Amino acid sequence: MTEALLRVKDLCVGFGAHAVISDLSFELFDGETLGLVGESGSGKSTLARAILRLLRSAQGSVEWRGKDLLTCSAAELRAQRRDLQIVFQDPLSSLNPRMTVGDAIAEPLRIFEPGLSAHARALRVGAMLERVGLAAAMGARYPHEFSGGQCQRIGIARAMILNPKLLICDEPVSSLDMSIQGQIVNLLLDLQRDAGTSMLFISHNLAVVRHLSHRVLVMFSGKLVEIATPDALFAAPRHPYTKALLAAVPKIEIEAKGAAAPLRVEEPPAAGRPGGCAYRDRCPYAWPVCASTVPPLAEAATGHWVACHRSHETLIPLSFPT
Amino acid sequence: MIPTLRIDDLSVSFPRQGAAIAAVQNVSLEIAPSECVGIIGESGSGKTQVFMAAMGLLSKNAAASGSICFEGGELMRADAAALNRVRGSKLTMIFQDPMTSLAPHLAIGTQLAEVLVCHSGLSWRDAWSSAGRMLGRVRVPDPERRLRQYPHELSGGMRQRVMIGMSLLCEPTLVIADEPTSALDVTVQAQLIELLRAMRHEFGMALALISHDLGVVAGLADRILVMYAGRIVESARAAEIFSHARHPYTAEMLKCVPTLSGPRLARLPTLAGQPPQAGEISEGCAFAPRCPRVAARCRSERPLLTAAGAASVACHFPLPA
Repeated sequence: MTEALLRVKDLCVGFGAHAVISDLSFELFDGETLGLVGESGSGKSTLARAILRLLRSAQGSVEWRGKDLLTCSAAELRAQRRDLQIVFQDPLSSLNPRMTVGDAIAEPLRIFEPGLSAHARALRVGAMLERVGLAAAMGARYPHEFSGGQCQRIGIARAMILNPKLLICDEPVSSLDMSIQGQIVNLLLDLQRDAGTSMLFISHNLAVVRHLSHRVLVMFSGKLVEIATPDALFAAPRHPYTKALLAAVPKIEIEAKGAAAPLRVEEPPAAGRPGGCAYRDRCPYAWPVCASTVPPLAEAATGHWVACHRSHETLIPLSFPT
Repeated sequence: MIPTLRIDDLSVSFPRQGAAIAAVQNVSLEIAPSECVGIIGESGSGKTQVFMAAMGLLSKNAAASGSICFEGGELMRADAAALNRVRGSKLTMIFQDPMTSLAPHLAIGTQLAEVLVCHSGLSWRDAWSSAGRMLGRVRVPDPERRLRQYPHELSGGMRQRVMIGMSLLCEPTLVIADEPTSALDVTVQAQLIELLRAMRHEFGMALALISHDLGVVAGLADRILVMYAGRIVESARAAEIFSHARHPYTAEMLKCVPTLSGPRLARLPTLAGQPPQAGEISEGCAFAPRCPRVAARCRSERPLLTAAGAASVACHFPLPA
């Protein structure tokens, strides 16, 4: 983990007058898994799409191994996309229902390795299917013949067939049953160990993100509010939003019964009001300065970045009537 | 004491290509007044179909047999008029997606008041003000204004609060909540679990909480039923099931869930294989192909749900209590 593979700088994405992502910067290192958490509407998926230039409206820069993906030529972008792959949340709707899964997995090979003979391609596809825990012969079947977990394996096989440098996983386990989620997490861990792929892993499941990330980004209302290692983040979160998020995770331990999380009932407007911290309407610790100045993302401890005016203070937990 | 809901030997099947595909098989359960029962299982385990049968909401091609008694009255062969006397008033249901379960073209107040006009015979004026009071009770800020708003103007969490309020309007004795928080963010989910807990306290109704999320169920349920492949495989007090699961499926499933305190970056324990496909029939235990404790008997003889200490378990070789 020395050189940054991906360097996102001052990324802004807006749809019309509405800013979905504003001034977002982070780096992703070679071989690293970066977890990305945040609530729906915070801009997680938009960020994934902006990095891959699947959106037209992104401003700023997305530097990929020294090249800016947002401004490079279409031919250059296409060449780079070989190393940038994505796995989507809904495994069934991201596969073409009229294409056999073998053909779907072979598609990237047809595009990027056109010299490959049909026989060699079939061998690669068969080997990849086995790599993700399916039988090579299943390549002749159609997506509807598979369960959700199997479809997600197919989506991962399609993304991994070119040995990409970066795999973006957008909620890859959210629509799967518990016993299947673990299988997919293990598969991703295995693939990463064997191929050295870096990952941007987007999920609202904090336990899964904690399990497989080297660092975690916390996003709120289009901005990064905290960056830390899972150990630091889960043991001592510094941003009030991260604290609320962690307190809200349902616990299986029965002792948790009756313990109320410090949360306010009202929800914020979808678009943060201009000026100041976007979290201030929900934040129990908000001060006047929070309404006037946007808190910058600053390093509060080594490798632990937080965007909060009060991050240096010890904040006692507050509780509110629900 | 008459149980609020008693289901006896319920089976539900759907026709497919000439054969009947079983979704629910020989399910029997009871829910006592004021009790909160959690029903957990993976998709396709039949947990929703059991309660769709109780609500008379099975799809038209479904075939159901057995008995469903609500407060002593049989619902299974009841006609629509008899069903509608309890359904929506004393027996209500909250669905997963609050956007599609509210009518998009009617104001919130209209949808709430309608329930009271239909079931309690209130005038529109009285029903409207009762609806406003109910929104206040489910902690919706500014209820008077919300009554005049349409579903799309509310966030997902607020819509689910409205649904919970709607389900409580006629002071039901049983509320069925089917994945009430699964479509929502974790912070909103925590608020809604708190709300359901408070509502149980205020209204004293029984609650059937259907979820695939053990955490949601753990926070609320007194007793938990675990379903696998259309059958109940374990029933126990919530505290028991999380500390001493008896059925290997329950135990394995609990191991599969990553926690906020376990080791990181290690392979997660998983259940090998897939649940049986709909229509796949086995003579023995449906879990046998995936079970770490499997023996020859499990493949030939189906275990029945039998009392084992304080719990019930459908397994020839249950884990020690």
